[in-house]
Amino acid sequence: MASGVKPRVKVPKTAAAGEAITIKTLISHKMESGQRKDDDGNIIPRSIINRFTADFNGQNVIDVTLEPAISTNPYFQFEALVPESGEFKFTWYDDDGSVYDTTKSITVS
Amino acid sequence: MKLTRRSLLALGSGTSVFAMVAGLPAFASLTDDAVAAFTGGEATTEGGITLTAPEIAENGNTVPISVEAPGAAEITILADGNPVPNVVTFKFGPMSASRSAATRIRLAKTQNVVAVAKMEDGSFQMTKANVKVTIGGCGG
Amino acid sequence: MNTSTRIIGATLALAMVPTLGVSDPDEDSLTINGEIAIVTETAAPAHLENVDTIYSGWRFRSDETQAVQMDDFDNPGMIGVENALVDWASADGTEGKSCADCHGEAEELAGVRAVYPKWNEEQGRVTTLEMEVNNCRETRMGAEKWKYTGGDMTDMIALISSVSRGMPVNVAINGPAQSTWEQGKDLYYTRTGQLELSCANCHEDSYGLMIRADHLSQGQINGFPTYRLKNTKLNSVHARFKGCVRDTRAHTYKPGSPEFIALELYVASRGNGLSVEGPSVRN
Repeated sequence: MASGVKPRVKVPKTAAAGEAITIKTLISHKMESGQRKDDDGNIIPRSIINRFTADFNGQNVIDVTLEPAISTNPYFQFEALVPESGEFKFTWYDDDGSVYDTTKSITVS
Repeated sequence: MKLTRRSLLALGSGTSVFAMVAGLPAFASLTDDAVAAFTGGEATTEGGITLTAPEIAENGNTVPISVEAPGAAEITILADGNPVPNVVTFKFGPMSASRSAATRIRLAKTQNVVAVAKMEDGSFQMTKANVKVTIGGCGG
Repeated sequence: MNTSTRIIGATLALAMVPTLGVSDPDEDSLTINGEIAIVTETAAPAHLENVDTIYSGWRFRSDETQAVQMDDFDNPGMIGVENALVDWASADGTEGKSCADCHGEAEELAGVRAVYPKWNEEQGRVTTLEMEVNNCRETRMGAEKWKYTGGDMTDMIALISSVSRGMPVNVAINGPAQSTWEQGKDLYYTRTGQLELSCANCHEDSYGLMIRADHLSQGQINGFPTYRLKNTKLNSVHARFKGCVRDTRAHTYKPGSPEFIALELYVASRGNGLSVEGPSVRN
């Protein structure tokens, strides 16, 4: 896998200090479960995103372990604290060793 | 009843026949094992964890769920009718604003979705929701 | 339609409707991103003889599935739109041109989805949006044609549809398109396959009923391409036609065939007045 994998995140651009903000993430990924067979009856090998993390200014927000029962195009929604302006970093870890990441800045007023 | 090697064998085969009659694959015990692995065998209580899942899922491929357990350090989700019960585990870090998360999961058939939270005080909370997974109209 | 014979399907409907047997479309209304109002129910166009009110397929889905389409971020079909935006701006073919070189921003094509399929004077036939995309690729860009129901093509149709969301479907059925439209109408009412089912048997006579555990819609195509939870990808109109006809246990027409072009025009015209919704989310 690793072709056509594209992370998307939705983070508000601004927030009040200490406000809880909602974050949504979605990454395009087949999430091949390892339970399916191809037309010849051979098991299609598992190939999934197995971990997702979100950090704000270097501190962890959420650390997620994904199993093959997570749907195609893994989607997460969660809440984060933003005590000051800074940067979110989102990282997805693929079974094949690939790592995908993206960042979003937020301004706290 | 005195247990002999012979009667144990009979008991063993009887159990497996029962399991087959009850509808293989019987994954419930796998889920119990997974819960035990998460809790380290500690007892669980209810009330402090909320799992939101549709009563009827239009398609088992993509079932939206959300979970919330105030005071949780970690929440794991299991599906007792899937070939592998583990679904997802959320560990909350210092910048988490609420011990809640939502995602979309795969359910192989009608079954219980189980959520277990490890609380910050080391205790465990558990809840479950039954989700009916429907079959498509005409396979199209 | 005799609603009293309808079979109850959803527990929700059971709770809300005291009399057994009704499972009509729900009463929810659709606004996308809190700003694009979508018409999901309106008076049937005059040419429809057996239906008074037309409904988007969105109205037949569960609240959970409906919610996925209400926010572009939640809608996985928008991944296809984003992919197409890359193609839109990328030069391809011997002419070194991209879509953007002629058309500018994708938003310039707002309104186009709503009127296709449409009579093409130059070609002397009704063409679909997919045919026009390939026409551009071949004649203006000097690029290879895309497969009619391929991923690149369906993503591009999703992009072109997305900029028309909220606009009413309004395909022309008179004038030079009329004979094609009539051919499509014939196909719609022709029973096919070992099951001897026409489009109308399910989507006109029986919408609202359950087909096994699924809620039968009117088979409207205003929401195409549609991201299906079933196969977790964008599905094109002709791919869906093929699936439906196959399920009547018939040999199907090919995507892009004159038969499916005619059928698309006719089925689109049954939705004249509903909003363009693509990329929508269905089960």
